[in-house]
Amino acid sequence: MSESLSQIWTLLWKDLLLELRTKDLFTGMSLFALVTLVVFNFAFDLRREQAVEAAPGVLWVSIIFAGVLGIGRTISAERDRGTLEGLLLAPIDRGNIYLGKLAANLIFMAIVELLMFILFAALFNLPVLQWQLLPVAFLGTLGFATVGTLLAGVSANSRARDLLLPILLLPIVVPVMIAAVEATADVLSPREFSLPWSSLLVTFDIIYAVVGIFAFEYILEP
Amino acid sequence: MVDKAVVINGLYVSFGSSLALKGIDLEVGRGERVMVLGPNGAGKTTLLRTLACLIRPYKGEASVEGLSVTRHSNQVRACVGLVGHQPLLYNQLTVEENLSFYGRLYLVAGLKDRIREVLDMVGMEYKRRDMVGTLSYGQQRRIAIARAILHKPSLLLLDEPDSGLDAEGYRVLKDIVTEEGRAVMLTTHNVERNIPLVHRSVTLVSGRLVEDRTSGAYGYTALHGIPHTLDATVS
Repeated sequence: MSESLSQIWTLLWKDLLLELRTKDLFTGMSLFALVTLVVFNFAFDLRREQAVEAAPGVLWVSIIFAGVLGIGRTISAERDRGTLEGLLLAPIDRGNIYLGKLAANLIFMAIVELLMFILFAALFNLPVLQWQLLPVAFLGTLGFATVGTLLAGVSANSRARDLLLPILLLPIVVPVMIAAVEATADVLSPREFSLPWSSLLVTFDIIYAVVGIFAFEYILEP
Repeated sequence: MVDKAVVINGLYVSFGSSLALKGIDLEVGRGERVMVLGPNGAGKTTLLRTLACLIRPYKGEASVEGLSVTRHSNQVRACVGLVGHQPLLYNQLTVEENLSFYGRLYLVAGLKDRIREVLDMVGMEYKRRDMVGTLSYGQQRRIAIARAILHKPSLLLLDEPDSGLDAEGYRVLKDIVTEEGRAVMLTTHNVERNIPLVHRSVTLVSGRLVEDRTSGAYGYTALHGIPHTLDATVS
């Protein structure tokens, strides 16, 4: 167990260090998120009441779009650099490689989301900077990242990986997105009756994570 | 304890409908150094990559230290070191960070000392704080060799390891290859240069093992007509 944790931490440490030095992912994802939010801001000239209705959807579409841009890079960059083989040569369970990459993706997305929430609050004049949204944001991002990391492994083997990843990822992540949008709406404007969206998010996250850990073995194995 | 470092029985490897290895049978003893020869496309790299668990055979069996490459992949990986065509290093990390990363994945004990030791062996201690991206190709090859021996593998697989190495780099490679107790399989096209390093040569042609020589006329001569003998060079 401690050996696995040490290997996962090593993978995460390496990805964070590389990102700190290159800032490739962070810059790309942040700029894309910024552009998306600005475009939405001009596309929907919303009054406050309508903004509350549309805001969760706008927010999560922006998060997902920015995420799609970055999530594939953590694995495809290894292939482009020729270092994926170095990981595959090491005596490390493929599930641990998955968890290391998942942790890195979660951290990258969390940093970009923090910027997005601040920008979103400013552009749409909505109270999204509140603690109640934190678990929703975490669960939604986790659900997206679990599927995204798995499919990034699948698409990394393809020459058309940039095209393949969104095509595979977006339909599968729809349940997570719906639950995240509804859970966010519940926080922004509490409703009399609502499904337990956060619980559904937890369920999706667990299912996707378990599938990811076991399926990654077959995706990366020769 | 098994007395063979590598045992291969009827090994077939395919890429789609094309067979890269066609029924290879081969044994390599502990501490034995074997040169794998053959023309381009003979299957030399495929053979090494199969032993490193990077390619899954579709038929037959291969084992390293008695462990099957298909059933005990992680244990096999722990006792194999591979230097391939790519250095497998991160350009934006320093030499020390690269080795530290791989050392932690391999759970190497006493990692700091071991990194210093392997860097000394490849003559690159003075570059340990340099970014790998700033090093020359030959220097990166030396770091790649250091990476491959970091975890003290009992089987070292070297795929054309001397390409890009200068005289000093080659001396380093020679010292590492001839270190006692470790089995080595190396592929090369530079037969003359590498004869002194090995005990034995095998020749592959179109995925088949056509020659297995420990003495006498050198296998490669059958293909290229270069007169070499192993007898004169192996002590």
